[in-house]
Amino acid sequence: MNAPADLIFFAVAGLTVAAAVLVAILPNILYSAVALLFSFAGVAGLYVFLSADFLAATQMLVYVGGILVLVLFAVFLSNRISGAKIGNPTHFRLPAALICLVLFGVLSYTAVSTPFAVKASGYLPTTADIGELLMTRYLLPFEVASVLLLAALIGAALVSRPERGAPEAGDMEEGK
Amino acid sequence: MEALAISLIKAVPFLGAVPVWAVALVLMVAVAAVVLAFALTFEGVGSLVLRKVAGDIQVRIGPNRVGPNGVLQFLADGVKLILKEDLTPASADRPLFKMAPYFVFVGSFAGFVVVPFGVGLIAADLNIGVYYVMAVSSLVVIGILLAGWSSNNKWALLGGMRGAAQIISYEIPVGLALIPAVMIAGSLSLQDIVRSQGGLWGIFGWNLFHNPFTFFSFFLYFTAAQAETNQTPFDLPEAESELVSGYNVEYSGIRFGYFFLAEFGDMFVVAALTTALFLGGWNIPFFHAETLPWIWGNLLSLGVFLGKAFTIVLIMMWVRWTLPRIRVDQLMRLSWKYLIPLTFFNLLGVSLWLLVFNGKGIPAMIASLFG
Repeated sequence: MNAPADLIFFAVAGLTVAAAVLVAILPNILYSAVALLFSFAGVAGLYVFLSADFLAATQMLVYVGGILVLVLFAVFLSNRISGAKIGNPTHFRLPAALICLVLFGVLSYTAVSTPFAVKASGYLPTTADIGELLMTRYLLPFEVASVLLLAALIGAALVSRPERGAPEAGDMEEGK
Repeated sequence: MEALAISLIKAVPFLGAVPVWAVALVLMVAVAAVVLAFALTFEGVGSLVLRKVAGDIQVRIGPNRVGPNGVLQFLADGVKLILKEDLTPASADRPLFKMAPYFVFVGSFAGFVVVPFGVGLIAADLNIGVYYVMAVSSLVVIGILLAGWSSNNKWALLGGMRGAAQIISYEIPVGLALIPAVMIAGSLSLQDIVRSQGGLWGIFGWNLFHNPFTFFSFFLYFTAAQAETNQTPFDLPEAESELVSGYNVEYSGIRFGYFFLAEFGDMFVVAALTTALFLGGWNIPFFHAETLPWIWGNLLSLGVFLGKAFTIVLIMMWVRWTLPRIRVDQLMRLSWKYLIPLTFFNLLGVSLWLLVFNGKGIPAMIASLFG
């Protein structure tokens, strides 16, 4: 149909897949993280192609602004500055390959067997509908997810908090 | 953009043979170039104004050598940044070191895309405008973290970590303080939000005066945004006196220039969002900008918008040179213990107000008393 749109689609899809491959094979974990950034951005681009603008922005906000920053923080805090040379390919090759194969099977079976609703309509705003569905039909899953996240948050605060009576406790009360 | 391209093809006869997408592509590139030119000009002139304001506030003259009164200083700075050698420290991580400034600049510049400059002057009126700005600004965090780490320098790493922690913490109050304006307009599109503050009310249509909670949330947003853009008193990632210059300490030449430009770009985006969300955007007091002839409506509304936005920028600079820098723990306490609870309380207040008074603001109620 529309030649340039197809070209851009293949470029975005190619970027997503190539970046994902790089995540798996790069020797340095930080390079993997940067490749992951491009993969996330590519997925956001694919959402734009499906005219799911809200989802695309959420993809950037949650995955790039949240998950990826957490990954980087974890690497910075857990290694020496020069110690980020641990890459993905060095560990657990066989189990990883097995898991990937199973996952690929499941995903491709789902993709092939699902009757997708093909809609040829143009671009429509989705934000209001998403909000309404979250507040009506999917209210329970939405609330359950938020309770789960809250529990995780409280757990993290408990784990990272110093023991009572430890030297830092006084400092914490002073707000230092 | 497509509609504009089609109307252009119809208006100009010799374009008939050109496919629509080609015209649309050229138009997109042209619009992007115009916005980029505006952004770069603002960032250059902004740096000069910042130094002049600093000079005034600190009772000294400021730059006064290049051109009359030093007004050409920013051009000299720009030429200097472009011509200087772009050094990479020997022990730095080369690819990441080279890449980081681009993330920061792209994250900052992408915000300009949805800035509503006038009635019809907006690069792309996305219907998720506000949300989009929040989303693309997350690239800045990645860039700052990578710049700090890849420099392989203690100060840079500390600055990068501080910057990222600060931006993440303050993203929450910024987002929550924006929501009242979104709720009143019932849309995330910046043009819709600006239009919802229009009409013949003059300044009383502004979201700022809609109800007490929106008035308060303007100040919450301004404070949190000041912190999110790393301005003094929240400029801990740069903190010259302790971290030398923070995450950008190892950068030189044009790569340093990218950080510099991004900082001023962020400043303008924050000022533009403040204007659009709380101060009526491009609405001209006592006129319907949309009913004026196209060219006058756009010119006037552009002038009104830029006037408001530049005033906000000046206030940001004023704050920047007036208040001392706060400590890291104070910074985190301000965000997590004060700003976030206050913005939540405020959000609840605005929601209740809209529910109880059926979406009417105080000025509208007073006006309805007098018929």
